[in-house]
Amino acid sequence: MSASGVLALEVRGLRKTFGDVVAVASLDLQVKTGECFGLLGPNGAGKTTTIEVCEGLLQPDVGEVLVLGKRWHDAEHELRQRLGVQLQETQFSEKITVLEMITLFRSFYEQGPSPDEVIALVQLEEKRRARVGGLSGGQKQRLSIACALAGDPELLFLDEPTTGLDPQSRRQLWELVERLRGLGRTIVLTTHYMDEAERLCDRIAIVDHGKTIALGTPRALVRSLGAEQMVELTMRDGSVGALDATTLSGLPGVLGVRMDGPVVALQVTAAHEALPALLAAVDGAGATVLELRTHTPTLEDVFVSLTGRHLRDQ
Amino acid sequence: MTSSRAVAEPVSAAGGAFRREAPAQRRLSPLLQLTLVRFREFYREPEAVFWSFLFPILMATGLGIAFRTRPAEVSKVAVVAEAAGAEQVRAVLAADSSLDVALLSPDEARKALQVGTVALVVVAAGPSAVEYRYDVARSEARTARSAVDNALQRASGRLDPVSVSESLVSDRGSRYIDFVVPGLLGMSFMGNGIWGIGFSIVDARRKKLLKRFVATPMSRTHYLLSFLLMRLVLLVVEATVLTAFGVLAFGVPMRGSLVLYAGTCLLGALTFGAIGLLIASRARTVEGASGLMNVVMLPMWIGSGVFFSASNFPNAVQPVIQALPLTAINDALRDVMLRGEGWRVVASEWLIAAVWLVVCFALALRFFRWK
Ligand SMILES: Nc1ncnc2c1ncn2[C@@H]1O[C@H](COP(=O)(O)OP(=O)(O)OP(=O)(O)O)[C@@H](O)[C@H]1O
Ligand SMILES: [Mg+2]
Repeated sequence: MSASGVLALEVRGLRKTFGDVVAVASLDLQVKTGECFGLLGPNGAGKTTTIEVCEGLLQPDVGEVLVLGKRWHDAEHELRQRLGVQLQETQFSEKITVLEMITLFRSFYEQGPSPDEVIALVQLEEKRRARVGGLSGGQKQRLSIACALAGDPELLFLDEPTTGLDPQSRRQLWELVERLRGLGRTIVLTTHYMDEAERLCDRIAIVDHGKTIALGTPRALVRSLGAEQMVELTMRDGSVGALDATTLSGLPGVLGVRMDGPVVALQVTAAHEALPALLAAVDGAGATVLELRTHTPTLEDVFVSLTGRHLRDQ
Repeated sequence: MTSSRAVAEPVSAAGGAFRREAPAQRRLSPLLQLTLVRFREFYREPEAVFWSFLFPILMATGLGIAFRTRPAEVSKVAVVAEAAGAEQVRAVLAADSSLDVALLSPDEARKALQVGTVALVVVAAGPSAVEYRYDVARSEARTARSAVDNALQRASGRLDPVSVSESLVSDRGSRYIDFVVPGLLGMSFMGNGIWGIGFSIVDARRKKLLKRFVATPMSRTHYLLSFLLMRLVLLVVEATVLTAFGVLAFGVPMRGSLVLYAGTCLLGALTFGAIGLLIASRARTVEGASGLMNVVMLPMWIGSGVFFSASNFPNAVQPVIQALPLTAINDALRDVMLRGEGWRVVASEWLIAAVWLVVCFALALRFFRWK
C-alpha cells in the first residue's frame, strides 16, 4: 500500500448537539488509508452522530472534518462519488428486487462494478431476483452494504452493520467485511459488540458520552489494562458484604477489584499466585464462592475498567 | 466469490477493488432507473392500480346508470272507490297516458300513499269537487297533482287561453353523465397526483431511504422529476381509459380539439403532482401527511364541480372556488369536451392551474426535507 500514511478521514474537535442533548462532546479521529477503523461504544454514545457528520449528512456545531483530504463544503459532489455509506436504519422498498435496487444505486455513480459483480461479492446470487420484502435480516444488511459498494468507494462507512442479527448472519457479515478489507478498502464502522471490533478492526476508538476515552489497536488497548487474566467470583447471597475491595486489591498479583452486586471482578497478573491468595482471603472472611471464572481480558474489560459500566446493559 | 481476480491484483490505495476490472461499465441513466423503480413500486401494488384506474370507471358506470335519462315519467295515482262519482273520475284519469290509475278502498289507498306505491290519492267529494291527498315535499307527488288536475279540469270543460306547441330535446352533452365524466377525470388527477406522489415520498423519508439517497451522488432534481415522469405516463393511461369509456359506453361527446384536451390533462396531472410534492415536502409520518392531504383535497372535492356544478355555491365564495386548481382543470376539460371551446376560453383556466404548478413546485424544491 503505497499511500498508507495518508489520512482517509480526519476529524478535529467535533461537537454536535441536538437541543439540550450533547450527542458528541469533543472528538478527534484519524483514519489511515487502507485501515479498518472501529468506533466502539454503548447505545447513545454518539457513534451514529459522528459517522453522519463524516458522511456529510449532519452539520457539526464545532470542529473540522476532512474526508479524503477534502472538506464537504468544497467538494460535496466529488466526495459522494468516492464514498460508500450504509446507514444504521435504512429500509429499502419492499417491492423492488435485489438486482433492481443495486442497479439503481449503480446508476448514481460515474464508475463502479456491474451490479452482478456486487451481488457476487456480498453473496446474494440466489436472491438476485427476490424482492427486498422477502429477504432475511442478514440478507437485507448485505443488500445495504452492496448498495454502498455500487460506486466502488475508496472509503466505506458502515453504521452498526450487524446489530440485531443472529450469530450466523453476523459471522457472514464479518466475512464480508474481512473480504472488503482484503480488497484494500478503507472502512470506518461503528459497533457496540466488542468481539466484532476486536475481530474486524485494525484500530479502535472507544467512545462514551460523545468523547473518545481510548484509542489504539485492539491488542494495545487490551494490553493497556496490564492484566493477564480476569477473574470473576460469584458469591453466595449476602456473603459479598464480608469482603472488602481494599483488602483484595492488596493481594499479590491483583491489579484492580470491582464489586458489582454478588460479583467480584479482579484484574490479575500472575494467576497462579493470585488465585490461592484470593481464595484464602475469601475463606478467612467467612464468605462462600458459588462460581469462579477466569478469562483473558477483552475490549469489554477495557470499557468496564474505564467507565465502570458494561458496553451492553444486560 | 468472483472477487478473486480483484484480490489477486495489487490494490492501489487510491482506488477501490473493482476499479481496474477493464471494460468500463456503460453508464446507466439515473433518471431512467429512478423512474423505473417508481413504476415497479406502483404496478407491484395491485391496490394502487385498482384505485387509480378502475375506481373512476366504476364510479362513472354507477353514476351513469343511476342518473340515466328515463322515458317520460308515469305517475301512479289512486282513486278511492267508495266515494260517489269515483268511477267517472277514474275513467277521465285513465284516458291520460301520463297517469297510471288504480281504484282502491280508502284503507288500501291510505297505505299505498304511506309506502309510496302511489304518489297521490284522489277522493271524489261531490258532483264537481275532488280532494287531493299527497305529500307536497315529494316532487313526483307534485307532478302527479298537476297532471291529475289538468286532466280533470279539461274534462270538465276548462279551456287553456294560450296555445302551446312542444318540441322535446335530449341533448348529448347536457346529461349528468356528460357532466360527471370530466369531473371524475379531474378528480383522478388530483387523487393520483397527491396520494400517489405524497405517500411514496413520505414513506421513503420515514424509512430513511431518502437520507440514504442523499448520501449518494444522486441528483435531487432527478429524484423529484422521476415522480412527475411517472405521473405523466400514468396520466396517459388514466385519461385515455376514462375518456374512451365515457365516449364509447355513454356517448359523452368530444366536441373540442383533442390537443387542447390532452394539454389540459397534462397540465392537470403536473399541477396536482406539484401539489403532492409540496404536501410531502416536510411531513415525516404517513399519518401527518394524510391529514394534510385531506385538508387540501376536501374543499376541491366539494367545491370544484366534480359531482355538481360549482355555481351552486353562493357568490361570496365564488372567487375562492374559481381560484382552486381543480375548478380550473374541471372547467377547462368541460369547456373543451362538452362545449367545443377553443384556446381563448381555456387560456384563463390554464393560467390558474399553471400558477399553482409553478408556485407549488418552487416551494416544494425550496422546503423539501431530504433527511
Ligand atoms: N436527531 C436527533 N435529535 C435529538 N437527539 C438526537 C438525535 N440524534 C441523536 N440524538 C441523541 O444524541 C445521542 C447520541 O446518539 P447517536 O445516535 O449518535 O448514538 P449511537 O452511539 O449511534 O447509539 P446507538 O448505538 O444506539 O446507535 C443520543 O442521546 C441521542 O438520543
Ligand atoms: Mg447509532
